[in-house]
Amino acid sequence: MSCGWGEKLDRYVDSELSDGELTEVEAHLRTCPTCAADALSRLQLKRMNQAVGRRFSPRPEFRQKIEQSVSAAKGPRWVRGWVPIFAAAAALVLILISATVWLQSSHSEQALSELADLHVSTLASANPVDVVSSDRHTVKPWFQGKLPFTFNLPEVQNSPFKLTGGRLDYFQQSPGAHLLFEVRKHQISVFIFQNRAELSRLNSGASLRRKLAFSSETWAEGGLRYFVVGDASPSDIHDLCELLKSASRL
Amino acid sequence: MVTDRRTDAQSFETLAMPMFASLYSFAYWLTQNREEAEDLVQETYLKALKGFVSFRQGSNLRAWMYRILRNTFLTSRTGLSVKMTEPLDLEEGAALLPATSDTPESVLLARADQQAVQNALERLPVPFREVILLCDMEEMSYQEIAEALGIPIGTVMSRLSRARKSMRELLATKVHGASK
Repeated sequence: MSCGWGEKLDRYVDSELSDGELTEVEAHLRTCPTCAADALSRLQLKRMNQAVGRRFSPRPEFRQKIEQSVSAAKGPRWVRGWVPIFAAAAALVLILISATVWLQSSHSEQALSELADLHVSTLASANPVDVVSSDRHTVKPWFQGKLPFTFNLPEVQNSPFKLTGGRLDYFQQSPGAHLLFEVRKHQISVFIFQNRAELSRLNSGASLRRKLAFSSETWAEGGLRYFVVGDASPSDIHDLCELLKSASRL
Repeated sequence: MVTDRRTDAQSFETLAMPMFASLYSFAYWLTQNREEAEDLVQETYLKALKGFVSFRQGSNLRAWMYRILRNTFLTSRTGLSVKMTEPLDLEEGAALLPATSDTPESVLLARADQQAVQNALERLPVPFREVILLCDMEEMSYQEIAEALGIPIGTVMSRLSRARKSMRELLATKVHGASK
């Protein structure tokens, strides 16, 4: 029988004493054989309870039953089996879509780059234009019989733009009109081609891009594809585009 | 959301299944019957799975699961009859009593075998039995026991003290009876 330390001995065997209390109890146990024996018996009982308490084990079938019912909450088994497949399929679709978008974008970039090259090489040429005229009524008829289509040119007299002439150019094995305009000493090329399937994949409607300091804009109208490329400011390019668009609607 | 629920179910499985054997053992000690213990454990897992969404992360899951099991037991037929025959408030507020016996307990326990300890545990009233099992078998802290049983920590201590005293007396009776 302990000398009034019973409650503390319970907390001692249950590891519930504070550090201060633990020091106190341990010091007492060293000097009190009765309490030491009591603490030992409490510890023995705790150990026996622990061993006896775990005597009953669940049947394996019962464990399996519970595991299955808990697992079922995560979703039907077939759904869980298909999840990785769905994920892989979704990833593949995403890759395909991204690749298509990238290819289209790449195709569009490539086309604009080629036209920018054409613009630069034309300007570098000793004879940049085959028909030299600022008169649209001279330039437009020059293309008759040379192109399988016709187009309208805008009146630029009351604008900062000046028509300097035109030439025949080929882009992706198709003939097209290449017109040169000038705005404050900046040269701008306007390309007009028949709108084929490959060209129609380019951004529809007006699209403004800046690449290597060139501004460019492209759109399709009336079965024709227009490209405007030059080192002028994007706003000048845009203004010229608007003029061309209004002329083509006449 | 469905995905959240599935994630919950997945983490529930990871956290709660390791307690399965202990919960079953505890359920068996409460019901003293295999079928009833299985029903109790099954119901506990279903209730816990359902309520896991509202379970506050960072709280003590083990104490929460035992509390569900115990409350489920108390509303079962066996549990209701236990409540009728073993009023819980008898020991509340009682002074913490030291063990009393003329024979040193170490001698008593040395003579007591595991079967005697099991018999003594079985004969203990459920409120005593459960507090001993949570403390000794599950090695829960007093705080965890308080959460599992839904009682103040002071009550845990007094109930535990009385439960152990009762157990020692039962074992002493057994040992003294055998030695006569």
